[in-house]
Amino acid sequence: MDRTENIIELKNITKIFDDDGFTAVDNFNLEVKRGEFVTFLGPSGCGKTTTLRMIAGFDVPTSGDILLNGKSIIGLPPYKRPINTVFQRYALFPHMNIYNNIAFGLRQKKTPEEEIRRRVRKVLDLVDLEGFEGRSVSTLSGGQQQRIAIARALINEPEILLLDEPLGALDLKMRKEMQLELKAMHDKLGITFIYVTHDQEEALTMSDKIVVMNEGKTQQIGTPEDIYNEPATAFVADFIGESNIFSGVMTGKLRARFCGGEFLCVDDFPEGTHITAVVRPEDVEIVPAGTGIISGVVDSVIFKGMHYEITVLSGRNEMVIQTVNSARPGDRVGLRVDPENIHIIQAEDHTNSFPVDINSAHRLEYNGHTLDTSLTRIIKGSKRLENGSILDANGEVIDPARIRIQASIQPEDIEMTDDQDAGLVQGTISNLIYLGDHYSYVIHTELEQDFVVYDEDLWNMDDRVSLLMPVEKMTFTLRKK
Amino acid sequence: MKRSLRGLFLVLVLLILYLPILILVVYSFTTSTQIGAIRGFSLHNYVTLFTTPELRDMITGTLALALGSAVIATVLGTMGAIGAFYSSRRTGAVISTVNQIPVVNADVVTGFSICILLVVVFHISKDSYIPLVAGHVTLCAPFVFLSVMPRIRQMDPSIYEAALDLGATPFDALMQIVIPQIVPGIISGFALAITLSLDDYFIATYTKPAMFDTISTYVVNATKGSQTTIKTALWALSTVIFVIVVLIVIGMNLRSIRQERAEKTGRRLHV
Repeated sequence: MDRTENIIELKNITKIFDDDGFTAVDNFNLEVKRGEFVTFLGPSGCGKTTTLRMIAGFDVPTSGDILLNGKSIIGLPPYKRPINTVFQRYALFPHMNIYNNIAFGLRQKKTPEEEIRRRVRKVLDLVDLEGFEGRSVSTLSGGQQQRIAIARALINEPEILLLDEPLGALDLKMRKEMQLELKAMHDKLGITFIYVTHDQEEALTMSDKIVVMNEGKTQQIGTPEDIYNEPATAFVADFIGESNIFSGVMTGKLRARFCGGEFLCVDDFPEGTHITAVVRPEDVEIVPAGTGIISGVVDSVIFKGMHYEITVLSGRNEMVIQTVNSARPGDRVGLRVDPENIHIIQAEDHTNSFPVDINSAHRLEYNGHTLDTSLTRIIKGSKRLENGSILDANGEVIDPARIRIQASIQPEDIEMTDDQDAGLVQGTISNLIYLGDHYSYVIHTELEQDFVVYDEDLWNMDDRVSLLMPVEKMTFTLRKK
Repeated sequence: MKRSLRGLFLVLVLLILYLPILILVVYSFTTSTQIGAIRGFSLHNYVTLFTTPELRDMITGTLALALGSAVIATVLGTMGAIGAFYSSRRTGAVISTVNQIPVVNADVVTGFSICILLVVVFHISKDSYIPLVAGHVTLCAPFVFLSVMPRIRQMDPSIYEAALDLGATPFDALMQIVIPQIVPGIISGFALAITLSLDDYFIATYTKPAMFDTISTYVVNATKGSQTTIKTALWALSTVIFVIVVLIVIGMNLRSIRQERAEKTGRRLHV
């Protein structure tokens, strides 16, 4: 491929902050073609803004290289890069009027005033704010300030325009309008846009290419369709759109077991592979009880305008379904999913994750056993009152019905035992693979979950075992319902 | 009943605050040579104040010292605050802490130690005014730092980056963008520096040239002396200073009220 076609290339970029040793960006690689609309998408703190700041020149990578048109710009200060930024909170200069704000960049280049006047008029026209030259910044609404910020960047005719969550401070309607306008502006000007957002819908609407990031690492790079239809990791599946995500295991050729049932699928992985299965809510069909692959009870039905959002509990698993047909809570139903609508991802690691309950005494419980840990340690800044209820960091009482706690434990931290009453949960060995120095077992529990356990000793298939899971080896994550 | 009690208390407090000054004001317009019986009305104290060369030189000298050291302190304090703000978190914290010490430290200690360092150790003559100016700058700069810092913190940090992004060098960005944003802090720091310098007694006594006096050192010496015409002229000086201060305070309050009003109407326009 012609190398010069890439306007900017990021090579093995890592950024570790000196202050606290925090790794914000970890070995990041990206190629952007001239004229592309690329979006960095991820939750806050995922390193997307830091990456953008390194492209702009505000932050210097700890290691790695940034090439602009094939030449390294690592040593170039921001004011020498042909790159302009639209900041999250606009960053207009409050002591200057609109004309002087927009003219700032050209003034630094000592452009003749005549030309400045002409070009200011042109960009104001582009952002639909003709005649705003004499206004002061404080008299403009948020949306107008945003347009001025865009105009101020575009007047310099940058090779790349960086946009750092530019629509985050606008209301929903305004945001939708600006999304379309920005996209139109991009198509008209042909400038490369690099856009940062945590809003997946915004990313899907506007981008040619999306870079999904989490914890400083690239999760997936692809077109919006790729990212939505073929998420590469469980994180991407969870972050983009709504998904039912289950951990499970391959039970045969194109057969996977998850959510308490055995499904046919189209992704080929060897038997015994630990997998993550992704099913989009709109791809689940509700069928009469007994005729589906799994069955369950309707837990809740919410009318969403275009469709109903129905939650079905199947054993301890929860499936969210979007359908145009309503159902009644309490109904017994069957569920089926077409093989091509099941997306199977090989699990990145074999961490076992399972939901735990909060009992009436506000203690954590799993399979009827109280876990010896404190909820206050899991919920940041929370306090336990004398009557047992928990206050969150804002001093409000936490409603156990509105939060969900997920426990995780590593396969090597679980021990199997024959003593059925000793462990937290019981199951049968449904799969075993020898991995050189230990066996990897899949235990199918009575709660319809599969646990992966590493053990040096050989157990037999279909052995009934109890799982010893030390609480101190578990990590807990909090999710709001 | 309660209301009138509250009013009485307020009057009492104001009286305690302002009575001493008012007494001086009244006596400065009389022929009296000491506080006691009031004889005739006279402006002779004011005539003495503005015609005696010794007094005039002392006042202009004090003002020149205050202005000069305030300018230097404002430049240094502002630079320090900007530097601390853009340093790493740890360096910034260290600079801020180091800046606090002279603020809390007793002026006697500051004056005495500057005298020891510059005059005794470095053999700089007090007549060069260097120890005096250095002393006053040391006194004022930390306060300028403290009044500029909150303005910088309030400033949107991304506007400096925005300026760099648009092609301004760090120096241009500082002069064109950051400084205009923190001007109110710089002005109040400057005003504070002037008052501090005018107020100072201890640092000046330790560092001033023998033949130079600031208002403070002069007043202390004069009240010890026996020249009654000079003593009563100082009542006039106190009155003049008091009136100027009152005018400045009223002016500043009026300005801030006007600004608030302008901001409110601005916000209304915004909506």
